[in-house]
Amino acid sequence: MSLSESLRSVTSGTRSVSRLGEALAKQSRSVRWSFGAICILALYLLPWWPNVPVLGWIVETPGTSFPSVLTDQVVIFVLVALGLNVVVGLAGLLDLGYVGFYAVGAYTVAILSSQHANLPWLLCMPIAVLVSMLAGVILGTPTLRLRGDYLAIVTLGFGEIIRITANNLHWLGDSRGISNIATPPSIGPLKFGVLDAKPYYFLGFTTILIVIFLLRRLENSRVGRSWNAIREDEDAAELMGVDTFKFKLWAFAIGAAIGGLAGSLYAGKVQFINPNNFPLQLSILFLAAVVLGGAGNMWGAVVGGALVAWMPERFRGFADKRVFVFGVALVLVMVFRPQGLIPRKIRKERWLESWKPSTGTALGSKE
Amino acid sequence: MRDWLIYRTFWDLTVTGVALGSIYALVALGYTLVYGVLRLINFAHSEIFMIGTFASLITATNVLGLPMLEAGDYPYRTGFQLVLILLACLLGSMVLSGAGAVALERAAYRPLRGSGDQFGAVVLAFVTAFVVGLVFFDTPKSNLIFGIIGTGPIAWMYLNIFRRGRQAPRLAFLISAIGASTAITEAVAIWGPRDREQYQTPRVLEKKTLFQLFGTDIRIDYVIVIIGALLMMTALLLFVNRTRLGRGVRAVAQDVETAKILGVNVDFVILITFLLGGVMAGGAAMMFTLVYDQSKFNIGFLLGVKSFTAAVLGGIGNLKGALLGGIVLGLAENYGSALFGGEWKDVIAFVLLLVVLMFRPTGLLGESLAKARV
Repeated sequence: MSLSESLRSVTSGTRSVSRLGEALAKQSRSVRWSFGAICILALYLLPWWPNVPVLGWIVETPGTSFPSVLTDQVVIFVLVALGLNVVVGLAGLLDLGYVGFYAVGAYTVAILSSQHANLPWLLCMPIAVLVSMLAGVILGTPTLRLRGDYLAIVTLGFGEIIRITANNLHWLGDSRGISNIATPPSIGPLKFGVLDAKPYYFLGFTTILIVIFLLRRLENSRVGRSWNAIREDEDAAELMGVDTFKFKLWAFAIGAAIGGLAGSLYAGKVQFINPNNFPLQLSILFLAAVVLGGAGNMWGAVVGGALVAWMPERFRGFADKRVFVFGVALVLVMVFRPQGLIPRKIRKERWLESWKPSTGTALGSKE
Repeated sequence: MRDWLIYRTFWDLTVTGVALGSIYALVALGYTLVYGVLRLINFAHSEIFMIGTFASLITATNVLGLPMLEAGDYPYRTGFQLVLILLACLLGSMVLSGAGAVALERAAYRPLRGSGDQFGAVVLAFVTAFVVGLVFFDTPKSNLIFGIIGTGPIAWMYLNIFRRGRQAPRLAFLISAIGASTAITEAVAIWGPRDREQYQTPRVLEKKTLFQLFGTDIRIDYVIVIIGALLMMTALLLFVNRTRLGRGVRAVAQDVETAKILGVNVDFVILITFLLGGVMAGGAAMMFTLVYDQSKFNIGFLLGVKSFTAAVLGGIGNLKGALLGGIVLGLAENYGSALFGGEWKDVIAFVLLLVVLMFRPTGLLGESLAKARV
């Protein structure tokens, strides 16, 4: 039926994005590099996009300043989605308490730079990353031996425990939170203050680029292949000699570290945090970002994170109805495009194809 | 440390803990049933519970016309009239929660299983049209009308693009559940008459002390909750173990493919599973309003998380485990808050779960809906 065919193509419109990727892959190296450079430059100029005629109308966020939406929401969500994608998308571990690591990162910076010491942000940030990584290992060691769904509820509990602990302990600033958190140091014309959000955006975007670069290296390494194997079939991976526990723990720790990094950026930007910044619902939004974009695909995580963060701000016209609209949108996307907006591509191993029957579904169909 | 508190109020804590635990257990049954059959964490089950509390409120005030206060006091009723009111509320909660669970299954989960049908298409289409209407109209009434008009064509379109015969990945179910849960919560928060405020339910039952046990007053509402929960659970166990449909539920829980081959209508069984879970949550909701006299749009969230914890604690997929897990959790929370202070209540629940799972990785009673009662 032609109509249903065309309707179907509408729902899978994002396929054109992956087609663009395929077309690019065929070009020479210099073309690819210059395309990438132009994209990165355009994204660095993102805070000025609302001034561009048509584009501006699409991206603008009525009622809130666009640069601060970028720094407080979009950058954070993209980073967090990248980190959670390692845990959920690559290793296939369902983590419902990711906000816990994010909070650990933010609170480490807050404690070290304001509450109990006066360290500069630049020193606090790596410590925060390490501390949240450690938190990931501590949580992961007992729980990663559990089956998937138990892991979900235990991590959910972890997120709650972190929030409630921060709320109850005076040492952590209890419910009033911690203020006067150090900002990143100013470099030349880039002044990190309360007035201008743009420097934070440049910092955040650079961080995202570095994280993407590192994750890509990791994904194509032995570790990445092990994660793939664990996600597809843990028992089979174990039989093939993959140390599943070790690699799951690695995924957890790396994911936690990125979460902590996002937290430290957030703390440095807003300079004031309290336990209400880290509700359980945020974990769920993070997970929604990853799955909406397409679990297991880094670009999907980036797009999903950006969309989940930006959409509620764009549609402020809906005022208090936007969360409702967001919930409905989640259901609809999952019903009609359950693999996410940009699905993970299943790499076809050439040598496997050569001896499999030519039905092409032996490794799982593409959808 | 306030350990003197726990000695003085030990039995008091026990009674309230068991009552709270019974409510957890009833909600946990919904999680455990659905998990046992579909291997899915039905995240939106907490909203089914929330709908139940509101159904109880609506039955009491709008249908039966009970006032909040009567001559400066609560509208207490006694005797036969009281029993009738309570039963009506229970029925209202169960019906609305059950219907909600069924609608949820058919709209948010069934299309993902690759067997989307008209009902799901219509529900999804209505919601879509309603959301589109939000762009153009400001009043709920014109939104509703727009939604109803738009339903037809959009439903027809949805029916055409349903991914029939294709199973979605497991994470997609979870996200769909989260979306549905968010949408239901927000819908109540936005269009409820009191917005995001807390609702009071009329207190028809005078909370008298029934008898004394170990020097503790046993209040009548706790007794009703505990006995009611036990009755409902027994009924559920009998249904699952003794009836033909129950056998179908167990068969699907054991092995979907084999059950299908042997002639079990899998979609219908899944529907029944959701219905049972919804009815149990409705019962729990009515008892919740009986004890706490209140409801709120986000009341389900934390309670749902706790109930799921209870289900895991007892061994997910295990009906008796849900009962045990609920009561253990309710007691642990009560004793724990007496020991460490109420602000640590939720931490205690999760730490308990962590400890139990470390030493018994499949929960207290082990999992499996199918093997629990062979």
